[in-house]
Amino acid sequence: MTAPALQLRDASIGYGDVAIVRGVDLTVDHGEAVAVLGSNGSGKTTLARGVLGLATVLGGDVQVLGAPVGRLRERGRIGYVPQRHTVSGAVPATVREVVGVGRLARLGLFRRLRAADRSAVADAVAAVGLGDRLGDPVASLSGGQQRRVLVARALAAEPELLIMDEPTAGVDAASQEALAAVLARVSAAGTTLVVVTHEAGPLSGVLTRAIAVDHGRISYDGPLAGAAPDGGGHHHPGDPDRLEPPRYRQDQPRVTTDRRR
Amino acid sequence: MEVLEFGFMQRALLASLMVGLVAPAVGVFLVQRRLSLLGDGLGHVALTGVAIGVLTSTAPVGTALVAAILGAVLIELVRARGRTSGDVALAVLFYGGIAGGVVLLSLAPRGQATNLDAYLFGAITTTSTADVAVFAAITVVVLAVVWLLGQRLYAVSDDEEYARAVGLPVLALNIVLAALVASTVVLSMRVVGLLLISALMIVPSAVAQLLARSFRQTLYLACGIGLVVSVSGTTASYYTGTPSGGTIVLLAIALFLLVTAGTAVSGATARRRHQRRAEVHAAHPHEHGENCGHQPVPHGDHVDYDHDGHLHAAHRTGAGVHYDEHGQHTAPPAGTAGRS
Repeated sequence: MTAPALQLRDASIGYGDVAIVRGVDLTVDHGEAVAVLGSNGSGKTTLARGVLGLATVLGGDVQVLGAPVGRLRERGRIGYVPQRHTVSGAVPATVREVVGVGRLARLGLFRRLRAADRSAVADAVAAVGLGDRLGDPVASLSGGQQRRVLVARALAAEPELLIMDEPTAGVDAASQEALAAVLARVSAAGTTLVVVTHEAGPLSGVLTRAIAVDHGRISYDGPLAGAAPDGGGHHHPGDPDRLEPPRYRQDQPRVTTDRRR
Repeated sequence: MEVLEFGFMQRALLASLMVGLVAPAVGVFLVQRRLSLLGDGLGHVALTGVAIGVLTSTAPVGTALVAAILGAVLIELVRARGRTSGDVALAVLFYGGIAGGVVLLSLAPRGQATNLDAYLFGAITTTSTADVAVFAAITVVVLAVVWLLGQRLYAVSDDEEYARAVGLPVLALNIVLAALVASTVVLSMRVVGLLLISALMIVPSAVAQLLARSFRQTLYLACGIGLVVSVSGTTASYYTGTPSGGTIVLLAIALFLLVTAGTAVSGATARRRHQRRAEVHAAHPHEHGENCGHQPVPHGDHVDYDHDGHLHAAHRTGAGVHYDEHGQHTAPPAGTAGRS
């Protein structure tokens, strides 16, 4: 493949006409595993949402899988794991049903899930270690397990580019390890990974490159090992993984991102 | 049956059957989307359509359908554009709809049938043969669309942002759903009335949610419940002389309360049974472990111990450890970490 998985040139991204991310240049090649680091309000989530077409590109150029973000036809090639703490909606749904949604984007508007799709769904659920819970209501799963269901939903699409927003936040250690194992397999299979996170620690075995976002600009771009030399324990100038007091910014509709009206 | 001897009751029962089936089939998606009151709002808008039909001497069902669908499309466009203004815009549209309907109906020339009550609360026995034909067409179209697009409508109702990110046509699907709601509103107008329409969309779904494990089960169960309460409510209203709409809705709510109470009681019973077993084993002479002499049996994500032919599973609580019977258990305890 010639075009990079992601290419941002002088890109400004935001909501309405307010730019949160400004003048960013970034290229991510196929098969890379990238952590997008930054504190709350740094703009890292907005950056990812711009790539997903959920935030507005206000200036510059954002190319995803070789096409401008607004004109990418086969969006099903992108997998997305949103920052959500639970899956369960108002009406009960099984793991199979939730993950099945991940398959729909590949099927056009009218085709129904076929046997091949159902087995892809089962494979994705098995990959996140919930193979025996396929028919269970998602509401009966723990928070960490529900998060893994969202990962399975993205995997079911067999995406070329997988974008995840804080997949490890608020997840127990066992689920974090399971997630790291899944991502290692997915990455080895050639999928490009972009993981937005405030601490890359739990996934440091998988992610190799780090991009730090600070005040809407990229402040570091290099090996993950260089970004957090010893797990982020020592905070020194230039350490993008350092914890800063959260600043309130309008780009963080954190709790309500799933169901905005 | 006496009730079937009259043509008007035959038509009434046919209409209630279709309404009972269709309203919950659309309502389940509204509940999932947390837009339970959309049907109510579109009922308000439909009243303006009814009034226009009366004023222009055309069939009110047709004009109500056009008004409700236009209102539905408008609402989705407003929702897609604005974030904070959407709520207010909906309210303006809804109240504009009912106010417009009342004012326009008052302008109708004297001697014309302008019985507002019939539209607000339903007048199922006035269903004409032509109405039944229109209702049947609406029923077929709505059920066909739900069958064809149900998985997509579920996807958009469940997680709109995700659906947008992976390229599902979110706005188009939302408009389709709103148009389905509008069609259902018009279909239900004669049976339950514009003010009670939402109840028949939402309450059967609320009952089904308490019993089902999957979205598909909820959908089918809600349709079944809707069908039963709608037909039996209409039949009951014939014998008791009460309005069909109110009777149907009260029946549905009674069922909801009954099932709510039932699930609460069965939950409490299960907890008590668990406690009783825990008491039996509270005085367990030792804590099961590697060398306790009881055969360990792997069970999902934990180990049970074979204790005289039945399985003991450790259940740690704040008060210490007790042993649950896992001889009959099929599902691992909720909230445990899964294997990988």
